[in-house]
Amino acid sequence: MIGRLYLLAHGRSGDKGDWVNIGVIARREAWYEFIATELTAARVGEFMKPMAGGPVDRFELPNLGALNFLVRDALGGGGAANLRLDAQGKAFASALLRMPIEIPTGLEAEVREHWGDGLPADCVVSAADKPSA
Amino acid sequence: MIRIGNASGFWGDWPQAAAMQIRSGPLDYLTMDYMAEVTLSIMNKLKTRNPEAGYASDFVSDIGDLLPEIMDKGVRVLASAGGVNCRACAEGLLNRAEEHGIKGLKVGIVEGDDILGQLRGGNWRDLGLAPFDPAAEPIDEIAPRLLSANAYLGAFPIVEALRGGAHIVVTGRVADPSLILAPIIHEFDLSPTDWDALSLGTIIGHILECGAQSTGGNFLGDYWSVPRPELMGFPIAEMDGPDRAVITKHASLGGLVTQASIKEQLIYELHDPEAYLTPDVVADFTSIRLTDDGPDRVAIDGVRGKPAPETLKVSCVYPGGWKITGEISYCWPEAVRKARAAGEMVRKRVENRLGPDAIEDWMIECVGYDSLHPGMVGDAPEPQEVVLRISARSSDRAALEYLGREIAPLVLTGPPGVTGYGGPRPRASQLLAFWGGLVSRDKIEPRVEVLG
Repeated sequence: MIGRLYLLAHGRSGDKGDWVNIGVIARREAWYEFIATELTAARVGEFMKPMAGGPVDRFELPNLGALNFLVRDALGGGGAANLRLDAQGKAFASALLRMPIEIPTGLEAEVREHWGDGLPADCVVSAADKPSA
Repeated sequence: MIRIGNASGFWGDWPQAAAMQIRSGPLDYLTMDYMAEVTLSIMNKLKTRNPEAGYASDFVSDIGDLLPEIMDKGVRVLASAGGVNCRACAEGLLNRAEEHGIKGLKVGIVEGDDILGQLRGGNWRDLGLAPFDPAAEPIDEIAPRLLSANAYLGAFPIVEALRGGAHIVVTGRVADPSLILAPIIHEFDLSPTDWDALSLGTIIGHILECGAQSTGGNFLGDYWSVPRPELMGFPIAEMDGPDRAVITKHASLGGLVTQASIKEQLIYELHDPEAYLTPDVVADFTSIRLTDDGPDRVAIDGVRGKPAPETLKVSCVYPGGWKITGEISYCWPEAVRKARAAGEMVRKRVENRLGPDAIEDWMIECVGYDSLHPGMVGDAPEPQEVVLRISARSSDRAALEYLGREIAPLVLTGPPGVTGYGGPRPRASQLLAFWGGLVSRDKIEPRVEVLG
């Protein structure tokens, strides 16, 4: 299926001057390798483009099953000067967790088992492996 | 075994936390962080108006109420609540102790972080400040306009105050984790080159410094599993030695401690995980090992550290123009379309009156639709109602005040289904600009004193 990253990971974001850091944490340690392969710096930068102009640095924390992304030029000059409601980029982590990911069948079974009845319907972009036209 | 708790992640955090930490179970040290980027510039403004102000008065009032229990239990308190007037903060506490009839309270103060006077006095050259951003305004040009200028001190001056017998230590700008590292250094008699142990203490500091953010607050992992959030337990670190800690909370309180809740805080405001810089050590977050240690208990060990940097971080704040924000609400039908049209109308009306350049930057958002995730909601169905939020920036304060007069007239001159305009007219507020850089360690002299 095509499912949102939120199914596989959680996270938190915060401000660092005009940059935002987004930490992404695998919901199961066994899912870290898959997430680390999918979430390249380029892909995260492309996905976050509507919210941030700058390049993205990526750091790995395999010991925590986590990745850290530093997104530049994201806060309109920095938290105190930013005119946006989310002046400090607190909502950036949730925004990244919207990313649609093609989840292979084997992993999909684990994801469905993990969430049980609580699987959020709006995180299933397409039940098929490829999005329908 | 020592137990270090936290009860505040910023100036304005939950007022009930300190009492709950002290009353709900054993505790040796209570730490409270009051610092945010703009805090010290606010405190300088307060002090300019009143020389007896310039610190977090909430701290004196909240901890003042708890002084009898703090003294009875022997809890020692460390707080970055001293702002730019640690002495007045300490005297406030000593006065409260006298009201309670408490004798022998000792309050330590850690100063020397405040370099505003030196910079305003033209000593910027002697200090040899190096900006992070080579394109930043030269410090000599902004020096006369500075609202605050502080170097980040580390844990060792706080340790000195503890060794001097202080029951409570108040500081100005210290690196957030240093406040929590200090009692660990003190209890286990760490040397300034015990890099691995200093690194563990710093990482514990990072986990604790944002209060309940490590115990189920703001927890994206599984928020609905957080028990009794109305009684949120704040984090506590238990240590039998300097190489391992258990993060937990008082069992009778709400919240949770899991590896997931700890991880969310570990990656918060993180840059390079292999080089987390503080005045005390360079901590390596990739060496952290977390293991479960029972319900609401997560053990942390395996941590490595590298020698502390030769430089200290400096943060300066100066005025950066003005901004204004106004809001008004639109209901079905076509709430989003009407809100956007009204926002554009305000922009055109202001430009018709003041010219196209009076406002330097506009932000028109539909709160309730895509203001938090702009450009990310795709073809999501429109909401039943939205709040139009207009925000603008300018160096011309009067232009923004005029803009503030253009919001209310939308009620009679703009799209229908409009409401929620109440309260005072929006006013322009001063924007703050930042100058960040480094200073050589030997230029900054921490001053420690124990009063009482």
